[in-house]
Amino acid sequence: MKLITAIIPEEKLDEVREALIEAEIERITVSRVSGHGRQQEIMVQRGKKIVPNLIPKVQITIACNDEFEDITVDTIIRTARHGAGAVGDGKIFVQDLKECIRIRTGERGGQAI
Amino acid sequence: MSWTRSLRFAAILGVGLGAGLPLAAGTAPVNDTGTTAWMLTSTTLVLLMVPGLAMFYGGLVRTKNVLGTMMHSFSAMAVVGVLWTVVGYALSFGPNALGGLVGWSRDLVLLRGIDHTILPAGVPEYAFAMFQGKFAIITPALIAGAVAERISFRGWVAFITLWVLLVYCPLCHWVWASDGYFFNLGAKGAIDFAGGTVVHISSGVAGLALALFLGARHGYPKTAMAPNNLTFTLIGAGLLWVGWFGFNAGSSIASNLETARALTVTQVAAAAGALTWVLIEIIREDKPTSLGMASGILAGLVVITPAAGVVQVGGAIALGAIASCTCYGMIMLKNRLGYDDSLDAFGIHGTGGIVGALGLTFFIRGSWWAEAAAKHPGWGLLSQLKVQAFAVATTIVFSVVMTLLIAWLVEKVVGFRVAEGVEKTGLDHEIHGERAYGLNNLN
Repeated sequence: MKLITAIIPEEKLDEVREALIEAEIERITVSRVSGHGRQQEIMVQRGKKIVPNLIPKVQITIACNDEFEDITVDTIIRTARHGAGAVGDGKIFVQDLKECIRIRTGERGGQAI
Repeated sequence: MSWTRSLRFAAILGVGLGAGLPLAAGTAPVNDTGTTAWMLTSTTLVLLMVPGLAMFYGGLVRTKNVLGTMMHSFSAMAVVGVLWTVVGYALSFGPNALGGLVGWSRDLVLLRGIDHTILPAGVPEYAFAMFQGKFAIITPALIAGAVAERISFRGWVAFITLWVLLVYCPLCHWVWASDGYFFNLGAKGAIDFAGGTVVHISSGVAGLALALFLGARHGYPKTAMAPNNLTFTLIGAGLLWVGWFGFNAGSSIASNLETARALTVTQVAAAAGALTWVLIEIIREDKPTSLGMASGILAGLVVITPAAGVVQVGGAIALGAIASCTCYGMIMLKNRLGYDDSLDAFGIHGTGGIVGALGLTFFIRGSWWAEAAAKHPGWGLLSQLKVQAFAVATTIVFSVVMTLLIAWLVEKVVGFRVAEGVEKTGLDHEIHGERAYGLNNLN
């Protein structure tokens, strides 16, 4: 089992989700996060330039069985990227998942996902 | 009644028209401090409705469009606030021009001619002009609800500029100027006390036309588009209710019995509307929602707007209840048909306005009928209903046709609908470079 965490641009959430649902990856957790990578975003407030040190992003968390890892990752890369790719498109982290338990039934492992 | 609105001509002709103001021809009207104080208060209250509307709409959109949506209302304050004093008042309350299509008087440009005028009602004309100006501000602002979350700021500013000049001012002239078309229909004119046709029907149907012209938001109706902050919406609805006392009771251009009647029925209709909407929800969906409460308040306020001068408490309760039922039904129908009137500008203002303008006929007080019959023997319910229906139909056709022309022009020249990427990221960040809830969105 794998735990896939992707940090993506806010405006790409709809597109990524639609594509994931089409690829039958429907179980997903989404949160709003702020963070800092290489991207800088300059805002102007009353004529003064402000560089916020944290930029809002969307984080998607998906737990899946091993065979779904590639399609999930590929779908996110394909849909979250701006054109040929731009700074700020985000990152994907893939981790081995030790255990997964469905609280309702107590099932464990692959079938709980 | 609406004739008290057209005091401009009374001032020009030197004829006393205001209720309880027996002025001999030629006598200069004297300032009445009580009436003036109430008119200034009403003017302020009507302006309060605009930030109220901004909050109402601002709470209903998604997090990424809060500021963009509130800016639609605020830009109306800025744009129409200037436009009205430059030419708007002249176009609305000048004497007939172009065969009565609009009013016009060079004297009223920049309000130059009213610097010393006291109207026969005993109020400075400045107070009347500013009171009317607030109506011109809120009317285009209402339209924004139908096309929320997908229009550009400059397109919107261009649109409301043209819309006020080409739709609002002519309509305002027809209904409220003493030489206007609707003012002189039938025995005592088409009844529109505070703007059922001019404000609510015109903006409601314009919203519908615009929503159909620009198309639905990306993902509608498949994607859930939930309100970001209903607390805002409730506060906004509350401010609208309070402001509406100025809107309706101020429309008597007096501080007397008529004013108190208008205030009373406004209160009752809004309460009846809220109660009915919540009851419908309890019966149909088992849960009374805060959005339902806010929507019912609005439906009740809209429906009583044209009627506030002629109906009594029983009629106001009935109209409020009927309005909530029809507006609720209209929104159900929208969900079936699938057009994207995003925040139900047509569903509530258009529908409620039409119900009010037609429905008021059945609840007019006896003394009004007596006066009408004295002027026009045999004048009855059916004859008045025809007058009302004619005013409503003309308003709908005129507003829809002109709105579509203006929308087409704006789309061609400056661009109305935003690009898909802008819509996805949100108006706040893409157009205004800001975010509603904190710069960094830390949570």
